[in-house]
Amino acid sequence: MAELKLMKGNEALAEAAIRAGVDAYFGYPITPQSEVIEYLMAERPEKRTGMVVLQAESEVAAINMVYGAASTGKKVMTSSSSPGISLKQEGISYIAGAELPAVIVNVVRGGPGLGTIQPSQADYFQSVKGGGHGDYKLYVLAPASVQEMSDFVADAFDIAFKYRAPVLILSDGLIGQMMEKVVLRDQIERITDEDLIKNQGSWATTGKKDRHRNIITSLDLQSEKMEARVHRLQKKYKQMELEDLRYETIQCDDADYLIVAYGSSARISQKAVELARNKGIKLGLLRPITLFPFPKKQLFDLADQVKGILSVELNSGQMVEDVKLAVEHKVPVEHFGRTGGIIHTPEEVLEALEQKIIKHGDFRHHKTRESSIL
Amino acid sequence: MEILDIIKPENQVFCKTKLMTDTTLSYCPGCGHGTAHNLTMEVIDEMGIVEDTIGVAPVGCSVLAYDFMNIDMTQAAHGRAPAVATGIARTWPEKYVFTYQGDGDLAAIGTAETIHACNRGENIVIIFINNGIYGMTGGQMAPTTLEGMHTSTSPYGRDIENMGSPLKITELIANLPGVYYVTRQSVHTHKHVRKAKKAIRNAFENTRLKKGLSFVEIVSNCNSGWKMTPNESNIWMEEHMFPYFPLGDIKVNGKLK
Repeated sequence: MAELKLMKGNEALAEAAIRAGVDAYFGYPITPQSEVIEYLMAERPEKRTGMVVLQAESEVAAINMVYGAASTGKKVMTSSSSPGISLKQEGISYIAGAELPAVIVNVVRGGPGLGTIQPSQADYFQSVKGGGHGDYKLYVLAPASVQEMSDFVADAFDIAFKYRAPVLILSDGLIGQMMEKVVLRDQIERITDEDLIKNQGSWATTGKKDRHRNIITSLDLQSEKMEARVHRLQKKYKQMELEDLRYETIQCDDADYLIVAYGSSARISQKAVELARNKGIKLGLLRPITLFPFPKKQLFDLADQVKGILSVELNSGQMVEDVKLAVEHKVPVEHFGRTGGIIHTPEEVLEALEQKIIKHGDFRHHKTRESSIL
Repeated sequence: MEILDIIKPENQVFCKTKLMTDTTLSYCPGCGHGTAHNLTMEVIDEMGIVEDTIGVAPVGCSVLAYDFMNIDMTQAAHGRAPAVATGIARTWPEKYVFTYQGDGDLAAIGTAETIHACNRGENIVIIFINNGIYGMTGGQMAPTTLEGMHTSTSPYGRDIENMGSPLKITELIANLPGVYYVTRQSVHTHKHVRKAKKAIRNAFENTRLKKGLSFVEIVSNCNSGWKMTPNESNIWMEEHMFPYFPLGDIKVNGKLK
């Protein structure tokens, strides 16, 4: 039965993992996501569903435990925050290369380096441009509410198993730490070992019984075979773009100006849209829910309608590059965002829109100016 | 009597290990890897546990172990095999999970994963091939390279002051409470092969009994990396490796010897 609760984003995600019938979670504490493993340990999921929860000795070990369990077809996940996600990149690359289903959660904090424990969206590049080595992509879901922190766990596993590919839930310290009401989904039973072998037996390393052996590897020393593997991956990414793109448009129908923002920035920008409308500025918001696949065509089309676009991100300008690529110079595209763990206010967002976009009028035919931070 | 009269099934004393594939081994002639592979597969076959066995291959010379071992295998990132095995063993507690790792993999880049999997007492078997050198990348210094030993990254010999001492990781591991069985073997003579097989069997029996972690080190040669003939390398191993890495049981039934 669906249940309404007041929860922290990180806790909602952890509870959703139990309810999604996840087989195992391997993690390592780091602020601001430690509540995930703390909640799981306190909930005794081994008693509730038989789910395994283990605190690893490092993020590196945790992602490799995920790799191991995922290679046997189990539903397995890990979570961390930026510096820890950097450590996991080797394992993520292997998971992508070996074509394994797994879910990774990044509750982003500011960087580079040890940075800050405050919220940030500075891991956009790392998330959508690979992160680890090699020719691969992650399917990236960006929750903008505690509700989505909860809902996206099961959604992420659906995608991970549909494509046998790693899925990243890209949250941030704001969404992870804030409390909101959340409707929790019903408990899904964990799959039995027998059913797992039936469903995933064609590839998973569950022990060689009544079939040829299964091998999980990302290694192909023959160039032609390796190229075929890379092509197979690229085909999956194309299919993701065609079948599993997710985005939301808010007041875009009559918009003269557009904000593109995801996650916590989208929540703040939603308020900025309201403030702008109160002032008579027809502002709309495009919220990419998946950062890969990216709503390229939607942006391309909206660029025919609006006079300028502001990419609002808690970083120095990352997603703005993809917005520009999608818009193909049809209209000016600017970036606005605070860093260092400072969260921009709706008023600051609106002011940036007025200064960087509206003040310059319809400069549809002008050259796009250098993006800059306020 | 013609030779063909002798080649009959009833006269067969040795046969190819059933769980080895027909793929030609990629190891150098004289290397101990092939024998260690064989022994591991023979044990799994004799115990009748292939249906429930999952192997984890490392990075190093035996990165392609899954080409030769005819069982389900997952290939791990360099040094991460014990973490990968943990992920498998924790979600399949009834399975037999083993890693097969070299010295660079297990005792250098994977030290943290090795120590912690051992300390948690994961119910797995670790087979550790120690030949004191990085074979696959072309003979560089390993954590277990002996003092004064020449490698491509210690061309004037391993200098302890500068490069540290060869790491006795097996002795280190034996001191951890989660570890149930630790032994050091070799596979360079028939006698040693038989002993090594017994040790591997013992390790897998421990998994069956859920006793925790079993660790079988096999001190081996690397004739290519050591720049010797296979025979020379075996003699050198006896004269130099064994005094520093003495053969025998180190911990049995959870008790240090």
